[in-house]
Amino acid sequence: MSLTRKSRVVASVGAVLLGVTYLYACAPTTKTSGIGNVGDAAARTYVAPGSYDEFYFFASGGFSGQVAVYGLPSGRLLKVIPVFSQNAENGYGYNVETKAMLNSSWGLIPWDDSHHPSLSMTGGEHDGRWLFINANNTPRFARIDLKSFETVETLELPNTGGNHGSPYTTENSEYVISATRFSVPIPQKDVGFDKFADEFKGTISFVKADEFGKMDLAFQILVPGFNYDLGRPGKGPSHGWVFFTSYNTEQAHTKLEVNASKNDKDYIAAVNWKAAEACVAAGKAKTWPTRYAHNVYNDSTHSASTEFKTSVKVLDPKDCEGTVYFLPTPKSPHGVDVDPTGEYIVGGGKLATVIPVHSFSKMQTAITEKKFDSEAYGIPVINYDATMYCEVQNPGLGPLHNEFDAQGNAYTSVFISSEIVKWSLKDCVVSDRVPTYYSIGHLSVMGGDTKTPYGKYVVAMNKITKDRYLPTGPELAHSAQLYDISGPKMKLLLDFPTIGEPHYAQAILASKIKGEQVRFYKLADNHHPYVARSEQETGVSRSGKTVHVKITAIRSHFAPDNIEGVQVGDTVLFHVTNLEQDWDVPHGLAAMGSFSDAEVLVMPGQTRTLTWVAKYPGVYPFYCTDFCSALHQEMSGYVRVAPTGSMVALSATTSPNTQLARLAASAQTPPPAPKAPSAPSGR
Amino acid sequence: MMSVRARFLIVLAALLLLPMFVTPIWRVYLQAPQYPEGIGMQIWINTVKGIKENDLDNINNLNHYIGMKRIEPDTIPELRIMPYIVGLLCAAGLVAAAVGRRRGAQLWVVAFILVAVVGLADFWKWEYDYGHDLDMENAIIKVPGMTYQPPLIGSKQLLNFTATSIPGVGGIAAMLAVGVGVLALVIDRRRPVLGGADGATVGAGERAASLVA
Repeated sequence: MSLTRKSRVVASVGAVLLGVTYLYACAPTTKTSGIGNVGDAAARTYVAPGSYDEFYFFASGGFSGQVAVYGLPSGRLLKVIPVFSQNAENGYGYNVETKAMLNSSWGLIPWDDSHHPSLSMTGGEHDGRWLFINANNTPRFARIDLKSFETVETLELPNTGGNHGSPYTTENSEYVISATRFSVPIPQKDVGFDKFADEFKGTISFVKADEFGKMDLAFQILVPGFNYDLGRPGKGPSHGWVFFTSYNTEQAHTKLEVNASKNDKDYIAAVNWKAAEACVAAGKAKTWPTRYAHNVYNDSTHSASTEFKTSVKVLDPKDCEGTVYFLPTPKSPHGVDVDPTGEYIVGGGKLATVIPVHSFSKMQTAITEKKFDSEAYGIPVINYDATMYCEVQNPGLGPLHNEFDAQGNAYTSVFISSEIVKWSLKDCVVSDRVPTYYSIGHLSVMGGDTKTPYGKYVVAMNKITKDRYLPTGPELAHSAQLYDISGPKMKLLLDFPTIGEPHYAQAILASKIKGEQVRFYKLADNHHPYVARSEQETGVSRSGKTVHVKITAIRSHFAPDNIEGVQVGDTVLFHVTNLEQDWDVPHGLAAMGSFSDAEVLVMPGQTRTLTWVAKYPGVYPFYCTDFCSALHQEMSGYVRVAPTGSMVALSATTSPNTQLARLAASAQTPPPAPKAPSAPSGR
Repeated sequence: MMSVRARFLIVLAALLLLPMFVTPIWRVYLQAPQYPEGIGMQIWINTVKGIKENDLDNINNLNHYIGMKRIEPDTIPELRIMPYIVGLLCAAGLVAAAVGRRRGAQLWVVAFILVAVVGLADFWKWEYDYGHDLDMENAIIKVPGMTYQPPLIGSKQLLNFTATSIPGVGGIAAMLAVGVGVLALVIDRRRPVLGGADGATVGAGERAASLVA
């Protein structure tokens, strides 16, 4: 090869190599560690053994149907509270005492989809009494007692399809408010899809829940058939109003993906519930017949019961002027949030390119001056510019939800560009953005929906996990990240997996409820119909084909533990009372072949019933399932099942092994006389 | 006749018995790894109660593992008579102070010390009985040669529990009462015989004068 040709070859190879290297060097990388100072993050999120987390963090379980409780800042799972799904682990929703909590007008519903937790409030602050959570699929919502972390009451919502935008608690827990996601014929009837615009409607439900045991659907407002997505009650000056986003103002009923995304703006429905309340009191609502369940769990009888309510008051906005207004909001808005001052109403326009911020005072002025663009089904649509405070530019792609700190900053979750964007309500300019891993849905600032947010942390709850943790097959836990927001820039501190799919979460300062926790139930207050408050009160009885066994559990034996007289085909109800009056000594009970129940876990002082059907003749063991003591393995018993119609007497015994009983027995029966050697016994 | 100061101290000693009626006399508390919240019992003048409401029941339940008898306050005779004994002692002390004679005060202090010694010995015997009279046939945990007598005062390891026995407020007040009673006798003996204007001094002065005369 000649010199020039060689040099040209070398030059071109070199150029290619250079070009390829340049491409690789400058190509955007997708991997960033995210954490600044690892040591600092570790110190901030480490809760040393023996000390406690600062916050209880209540996250919805989404498709798990439950509520998960985490400690922050450690991100440790403290408890999964069963709410809308059966929980075989402790028998919730399976056993006699708790089955009724899952009742509805359809019957017992063993699973649902819980999305949005809402802490009860007084004066716009979390008061630590209750947590409310919705069931999306079969519309209901539940009250969780924050002294026992148990679901204690549920109420079904009639005239509702898809209870997504739910529940939202007003400033002083006057109402817990929900809206329908899927418009349906109200009341339900058989009708063609083409009648959507005429027949399909939505409702906004106002439930009175400020007294345990007395949840009541005070009234519903009938609204046009849009999909109502999420809501927020007003606070301070806007207290008395509630705001709900809507999408699908196009009123599509098929392929919503495309057909519900056509309009440039949908609405935020501004509902003046104080006005509605007044109209209802003045008799302007109509009473419609319906049927919905109300379930209450009683801590004294340790049992749940169901009542059915049969009517509901429905208010048509046409009959009550000034109840509902529509605020145009770009575009298929998802979240709506009200800032701590109560003045700013921020929409999360899922498909919008800006974050619209409405001003409550401007809205009030616009209403007085009747600055209406049009009407939708008789509801005034206010002019967009008349209520606009600002539009935050550059918010990323797909802004969804906003929470606030006490410094006038807003934090927005942005789904498509997978980030949290921070901006100030003073100038509506983005001041910081951090990536989330990956595709954040909701976010939660500590106290971010109250009048004085605690701030300090924001938690991102994501929809895509992929490579964040050790992989566990195709189905992965949803990921959450904890960020520090105490400074001008957000800092990633912790990444932790969650159960189910946390859609939303709320945190409360641990100090508010930590000292109120129930440690055990007092036996003296136990009024369960089959309680046995001591071993003397135990026994067995028959009622047709049902055998009732009153049985007690205490470290480490059941009394009685040998049960006879059961026949094939009987249903045996083991009513277990845990006699312990000490902290953290639960007992469990399971019997072999438990096809009609799960196990029961019984807390100290509580009574729970295990339903066991005697299917086959024989002798079957039962035992304590929760490790309770050194002799837990010895805590067991037998049930003897005889064929149907046999003559074995019903009896339930325990060996007399107490010192007193032995002494009493030995005083009565003389010791056996020694046998004199006699003729060989002849084997 | 005793000095006013000594008689006042006798009154104080008698009154220091009164806390025994309204505060615990003795505390026996147990510490173990799985009881971070603590568990224990308090001996009052007429009953035995848990430090926390259910502690006594829970201690009895735990004791069934080692074959120990249940502590049933209703079956302990000392708890029935103690209020009367202490009441009597207190009244006697007040009477002795009112009468003011040294003999009376001395007798009272001696009786007091006797009652205290008998009380402590009786308590030790009760602890011995409970710790040694075990139902070995039905005891679940049998450690060869092991007995469970809690200490009279102080700490001792019993299986996984550290048992500590100390006087309660009432008990400490009673101990102070003994001290104050003895102090009353001591300062009365140290008081100078001559001088002063009260009856006792005059009596002594008269005696001296009569000796001289």
